[in-house]
Amino acid sequence: MSISRREFLRGAAGAVATAVAAPTAEAAAPFAPREPKPLPPKALGMLYDSTLCIGCKACVVACKEANDKPVEQPQHLAQWNEGAWDAAEDISGKTLNVIRVYQNGAMAEKDREINGYAFVKRHCLHCIDPSCISVCPVSAMQKDPQTGIVTHNPDACIGCRYCVYGCPFNIPHYQFDEPFGRITKCQLCNHLLKDNPLFFSHEDSSKAPPGTSATALWKYSRIPACCDVCPTGASLFGWVEDLQVEAERRLAFKPGEMVEFPRGLLGGDRPGQVAPVGHYQPHIYGEKESGGTQVRYLTGVPHEKLGLPKLPDHSSAAVSEGVQHTLYKGLIAPVVLLGGLVALARRSARNEGEPKNDTERPS
Amino acid sequence: MTAITHRPLGGKMVTKPFLILGLFLAIAAYFILRRFLFGMGDVSNMSNGYPIGTWVVLDVVIGTAFGCGGFAMALLIYIFNRKAYHPLMRPALLGGVFGYTLAGLAVMIDLGRYWNAFNLLLPWYAQPNSVIFEVALCVMAYITVLWLEFWPAFLERMPLAFKQRYRLDQLQAFLKRYMYVLVAVGVLLPTMHQSSLGSVLLILGYKLSPLWNTTWLPLLYLISALAMGYGVVMMEATLVQRTFKTPSEVALFARLSRVVAGLLIGFLALRWGDLAWRGYLGLAFAGDWDGNLFLIETALFLAPIFVLLSRRRASQRWQFLAAVCLLAGGSLYRLNSYLMAVQPGNGWTYFPSAPELMITIGIICLEIMLYLLFIKTLPVLPGSAAEPHGRPS
Amino acid sequence: MDTANDDGLETGTIQDLDGYQGALGGLSRRQFLKYCTGVAATLGLSSWMGIRIAEAATAATRPPVIWLSAQECTGCTESLLRAYHPTLETLILDTISLDYHEALCTGAGHQAEAYKAKSMQENWGKFVLVVDGSIPTKDGGIYCMVAGKPILEAVKEAAEGAAAIIAIGSCASWGGVPSSDPNPTLAKPVHEILPGKTVINIPGCPPNPYNFLSTVLYLLTFGRPPALDVKNRPKFAYGRLIHENCERRPHFDAGRFALEFGDHGHRLGFCLYKLGCKGPETYANCPAIGFGDVGEGNWPVGIGHPCFGCVEQGIGFTKPIHALAQVKTYTPPTAFPAVNSAKGEGVSPAAAAIVAGVAGLAVGAGAMAWRGMDDGKAESDRDSGQGGGAP
Repeated sequence: MSISRREFLRGAAGAVATAVAAPTAEAAAPFAPREPKPLPPKALGMLYDSTLCIGCKACVVACKEANDKPVEQPQHLAQWNEGAWDAAEDISGKTLNVIRVYQNGAMAEKDREINGYAFVKRHCLHCIDPSCISVCPVSAMQKDPQTGIVTHNPDACIGCRYCVYGCPFNIPHYQFDEPFGRITKCQLCNHLLKDNPLFFSHEDSSKAPPGTSATALWKYSRIPACCDVCPTGASLFGWVEDLQVEAERRLAFKPGEMVEFPRGLLGGDRPGQVAPVGHYQPHIYGEKESGGTQVRYLTGVPHEKLGLPKLPDHSSAAVSEGVQHTLYKGLIAPVVLLGGLVALARRSARNEGEPKNDTERPS
Repeated sequence: MTAITHRPLGGKMVTKPFLILGLFLAIAAYFILRRFLFGMGDVSNMSNGYPIGTWVVLDVVIGTAFGCGGFAMALLIYIFNRKAYHPLMRPALLGGVFGYTLAGLAVMIDLGRYWNAFNLLLPWYAQPNSVIFEVALCVMAYITVLWLEFWPAFLERMPLAFKQRYRLDQLQAFLKRYMYVLVAVGVLLPTMHQSSLGSVLLILGYKLSPLWNTTWLPLLYLISALAMGYGVVMMEATLVQRTFKTPSEVALFARLSRVVAGLLIGFLALRWGDLAWRGYLGLAFAGDWDGNLFLIETALFLAPIFVLLSRRRASQRWQFLAAVCLLAGGSLYRLNSYLMAVQPGNGWTYFPSAPELMITIGIICLEIMLYLLFIKTLPVLPGSAAEPHGRPS
Repeated sequence: MDTANDDGLETGTIQDLDGYQGALGGLSRRQFLKYCTGVAATLGLSSWMGIRIAEAATAATRPPVIWLSAQECTGCTESLLRAYHPTLETLILDTISLDYHEALCTGAGHQAEAYKAKSMQENWGKFVLVVDGSIPTKDGGIYCMVAGKPILEAVKEAAEGAAAIIAIGSCASWGGVPSSDPNPTLAKPVHEILPGKTVINIPGCPPNPYNFLSTVLYLLTFGRPPALDVKNRPKFAYGRLIHENCERRPHFDAGRFALEFGDHGHRLGFCLYKLGCKGPETYANCPAIGFGDVGEGNWPVGIGHPCFGCVEQGIGFTKPIHALAQVKTYTPPTAFPAVNSAKGEGVSPAAAAIVAGVAGLAVGAGAMAWRGMDDGKAESDRDSGQGGGAP
């Protein structure tokens, strides 16, 4: 009983066609991405304006305190100031938020691409269509249906790190140094917002009892720690739709014009600061990137220079889920395939059944 | 149709190679202990730029492809009804049993929060959009199916009286009668998860070079898994034949070779066609890291095609060479798409650390040790009482 | 002398001088040399320059100085009066010859004016002109009249014969308070009404007396002004941002800020940036030398008030006191991680050895297996024989 190639290929083609279902016929783009997800109704987010950032790292310190994260040291510094300074190289299992710098040439002027420098704040961008949620096998990553904040539940997490692998911004980080490590990421100080009765009002968020430690002031804040302490309003908290309007407002000004920039909470009654408008790149990063993000960036140098990758307008999650949903829609294809396989296997089992019966005896 | 029987190889268990393998296993065990005591960072170079390291890529992604021998042979023998290949079924199945079981072991070492692993089975944690979720469930189910498929080998080895006493003979009959269901499930599950191992990569987006990143990834992964499955059966059988002087199956493979060549041609055609369609053909010849890796892969796939379609396929040597090239190409394809062609940006680099590699090597050694143990003690390799194996003790 | 009585230590030492007869204002020789060396240090000169400064300061003929006051508050003079090493009188009586100064003149009225005219005539081309206060220019400068004529003319006239011109205080240097919006008198700094002349600016409200004293002594010693920046300010005093030398800088770097006056952070001495400190955009040596000679930390930021940028045009008296400063960090920020700093472990020798070992083993084992195998031709009989038997 020899097998001809034609015969085999015919069988194989049938099996494969069942496996990959109908769309294989559709030329070279077999799977359409799933529909993009809409912005949640009460989406909260942040606007980071690189031209306003002065690199004071107040947000980094406040973030560590607000989230109980330890001091971190890069290897090359650890030997001579162990534990004294916090100098994280990047976000990590111990650092949720970090200010990094872009440097070029003489570094003479801020927010200039050539011979200049610029700051960038890195933390979770709270995608509208997050890859981390799409890959998580145990629903440990969740997106709040109202505020759209992407949170992580360590009790569900199995530590497979596919959220780290899949995130277009390299944001979720696993604590490799711990025997019982966790996935960490910025959760937009969800724990502060949650307990806050004033969360949905525009109250002044900096009220604290007299004599409160300045470093502990965030505890009485109603907004994420980084936005709360930011002295210039470079990190601005608010509703994503309002922030988008604010970002567009900034782009409309002439560079150098003196304009009042809000601080803390957009629409809050905290005084703003009057400062000259920076030389913006005419692009709001996060408006469309990867299906849109709830944290958006205005920068003075091209965003690629700041480590913010160039991304398509749709999320990889949409591509991946488009493929999966096509293949496993209602589990029809696998069930049909299984039926076919059972029938075929049964046929060949029948063929061999009788003559083999006596030889199957144990030796 | 001749009757197929299997018998244990027999012979001394603790041999010199076995002890050497055991030494590597001990080293790996030491590092695995460290991993659980001090965390993954203590033994591995995995980082948050490259959170998926050699444990997953070598032991799971490539390891299960090597374990696809059972899948590929079951498809051929039971689904396409090619009984001629039946002698190869059980060794291939055993390869699959260990390939997959030890991939499961590697995953447990690799999981950062392994004590939560059972959450995968809790319906309220299920996340059906997740490709990994599907892979995990499929692999768990497939490991179970593989052991059940292999169960007759244990039953055959047991004394008849023992089986009768515990009514295992009834179980044996039951298994035998409904084996076709298991076989069907055992073909369905790898079809699903081997293709999904490709779908996993779709989430990488820009991080993975367009030379690998295509929505055809599931199909490419499925074809490569099948081809590697046949490749591993060819290589395994050849090595066992050389080592234990069992009867040669060269002739069988010579006919299998057309199937394999067909699969590989399909794979390459799909891959290059898709690349041309998307307009990224230039990247393959860019002469950079990614482009060169891609060309090496293609060369490793082309070589077996030429060998297997030529007259040389009748030669054991050339068959072996073709199988090795095929397996190397398939492994490289998986290694590249999961690790070497992935650029997370932001200055991240990765190369596995020595302890990390030792754990991977230890797991592979354990795999070989268990394979040797099983073929020596259980009826796995073809042969009958009338035609004993070449080396009696 | 008064100061000598004040410190009560060196009263009798005037007679013990060798070579500096009667010139030291009640200081011992040692004290005086220390002072001159201190000035040299302030100027950034080497310590033996102190000797040359001492020589210049005690030269037989003291250089004449004409001090004109325009729209000013006498704050600059008051500040100068509070210099203690040495005292101002040492300077004006022994080091220089202060021939005219409205607040410090012994004479008054016509007598003083006559002495000024005489001095200028005698020392034409040699005297040092010091101006404090801004110059009103509206309506012919009638908003500041001295001895019946606008100060505008007096300054222009004196500048013609001056060997060097020093504008002391922010008003004289860049306009200061009088020039603030709406500037009713059209007040201008000295250098704007003296085009083409080098005017050394010592801004500050008030300026630090030692910046003035050091500049004067430099002029006396070397006969030329010290190195000046683009705004003609001595670089030794105005070369660096207050932010760069501020004792509260570590708090800024660590992100610890006082949020309001009297809060916990303010009492702990945190950075005052959020209260509107202009240190990050103000060039002055305040944190380095302090004020009032009472020890370290005695300057506005040191005592807990944000710098309001008095020395800097466009900031002091212009920006609101609690508005945020524009941080001008001209030194590249090296304490930040770069956007693409390398992370992750490289290839370790052991790992490379393992990879190479495994590859070698695989190739070796493959070759061994290969050597023992059939090459196809010799085995063809057996193949066909077995192949035939299989189906």
